[in-house]
Amino acid sequence: MSSAEIATLPESEGFRIRWGDLAPFIALGVIILLGTMINSNFMSANNMLNVITRSAFIAIIGVGATFVIATGGLDLSIGSMLAFVVGIMIMAMNALAPSLGPWAIPVGALVALVVGSLCGLMNGLIVTVGRIEPFIVTLGTMGIFRALITYMTDGGSLSIDRSLRAAYRPLYFGDFLGVPYPVIITLVIALLGAFILYRTKYGRRVTAVGSNADVARFSGVHVGGVRTMAFVIQGFCVAVAAICYVPRLGAATPTTGQLWELQVITAVVIGGTLLRGGKAHIWGTVAGALILEVIANVMVLSDMVSEYLVAAVQGAIIIIAMLAHRFTSSR
Amino acid sequence: MELRTKGAALLSAAAIAGALTGAAAQAQDKDFTIAVSIPAATHGWTGGVVYHAQEAEKQLEAAYPNIDVIVSTASSATAQVASLEDLSATNELDALVILPFTSEELTGPVEQVASNGTFITVVDRGLSDPSIQDLYVAGDNIAVGANTAKWLVEKLGGTGEIVVLRGIPTVIDDERIKGFQDVIDQSDIKILDIQYANWNQDEAFTLMQDYLGKYPNIDAVWANDDDMLLGVIEAVDQAGREDVQYMLGGNGMKQVIEMVKAGDERTPISTPYPPSMIASAMYMTAAQFAGQAPMRGSFKLDAPLITPENADQFYFPDSPF
Repeated sequence: MSSAEIATLPESEGFRIRWGDLAPFIALGVIILLGTMINSNFMSANNMLNVITRSAFIAIIGVGATFVIATGGLDLSIGSMLAFVVGIMIMAMNALAPSLGPWAIPVGALVALVVGSLCGLMNGLIVTVGRIEPFIVTLGTMGIFRALITYMTDGGSLSIDRSLRAAYRPLYFGDFLGVPYPVIITLVIALLGAFILYRTKYGRRVTAVGSNADVARFSGVHVGGVRTMAFVIQGFCVAVAAICYVPRLGAATPTTGQLWELQVITAVVIGGTLLRGGKAHIWGTVAGALILEVIANVMVLSDMVSEYLVAAVQGAIIIIAMLAHRFTSSR
Repeated sequence: MELRTKGAALLSAAAIAGALTGAAAQAQDKDFTIAVSIPAATHGWTGGVVYHAQEAEKQLEAAYPNIDVIVSTASSATAQVASLEDLSATNELDALVILPFTSEELTGPVEQVASNGTFITVVDRGLSDPSIQDLYVAGDNIAVGANTAKWLVEKLGGTGEIVVLRGIPTVIDDERIKGFQDVIDQSDIKILDIQYANWNQDEAFTLMQDYLGKYPNIDAVWANDDDMLLGVIEAVDQAGREDVQYMLGGNGMKQVIEMVKAGDERTPISTPYPPSMIASAMYMTAAQFAGQAPMRGSFKLDAPLITPENADQFYFPDSPF
């Protein structure tokens, strides 16, 4: 009896995980189908490229958030952190522009990566060394980063030097063999994330810590180190998103990245990562980011919904997608 | 419109002249305390309010040595209520200039301050009970929409297809859209679409990309705010669309005023809803005390078109907005 149970368990487990993996892609397919039926312009190459390129920010930050959430953490500061990193990067580039010319761009980008990683390290250390709930820590740093960008811009906007604008602009608007650069960067980041998560010892520890921190600790895993590293990865991803973000509008304002944290967390959870940790799907997160962006796009392209109700329909679609996910994966 | 602006200029000139003689006659110690309570700089427009309030504080204290101005910023309605309590507890307030966060929440606390005999100047957003205020200074959001619409109707020859971006659902946004729509409805111009982009550059960029994908022909865009306009322009440039003849905003952000001054073909005008109205209110309140110039009543700033000819009057290069 007991041996029969053990024998059937792995099989059903495998079946369930396959469904869980596929659910976000099925949802994406259904929404794309809906969009095609609603407006013929939806499938046009231009519209598709716009939507995919726009989803890059949420997808890139989402890869980092997948790590943090998989360890059982949560980072609410990412939207404000993005604005702060963008601000620092623009200030660094503007300061370096007279002496370095266009080389100020890569140097500024490097500054952004360092600053972003340090911001993540700060979040991680306060959570692990200070032993405070990540929700509270990142709620605090969210306020700090938002206030700093408001201070840096005097409440107005901080623009990139005109001489750098033209050289930097193609990073968002340009493409390689028809694929926009932000999409390529997203793919590279997601591939790297997937490699670290699924193919390295650290990756296995991330999910181990998320599913049961005590068990992980007893088996010799440095839980605090794994969690801190996840926040650093998050900070790095935020900086990569910032590097793609600046060439689009060339400015930071106090509303930059506002509420992005909620979009990112939604994308991660739609993608099949468990909010309580222990299970992570990098590609699901990327699909989740696409789903959010496509829903918003379909809403504008359709004439069926009053402008006052758009947010309600978006919310309903997300909940239905999650319910469908739960329904298929519990079978 | 012209008359009203001139009238306003005369009024303030008279007030300042009166105030100067009044100040000279008085002793040189601080006789009057004016508290200024405004929202903290959380976005472009409020950033401008803070800047202009601080500038006016310096100018007023230099011009009238017997007036003490205290500027206090608050990051939420609750914080503003708390700061009002602190201000009136620690100072003998002769006047309070307030730009309320919300009408309902601030009405009671301001009434409390008024009951001590403090002169109340309300700026921009009215209180639920207008009888509390002695002086009311505000911009005209309906005129912001209506004046832009009139200009657009004339330029497009009364016909064409346009799209509109809305801000955050608030009274300010509703009034602007109403003023705009009422004028457009009388012409043959068709509003193809109207959606919220929350006064946010990124959301405006995204929404404009979607509009461009949805409609093969758009003659003009009204972004209702200059911050959003910058996002719109980027989206149109990227799509390389030649059909969009005009892209208009509103508020008088300095980057857009610079475009107007340079004679930009697609953005030749803007409409002011100037954050400097806080300075107008502070000067008028100061005149009430230092100048014995009666200032009780309502003062509505007009929203004349900002054109290349008059753009200099609306351009503050040091302001963050």
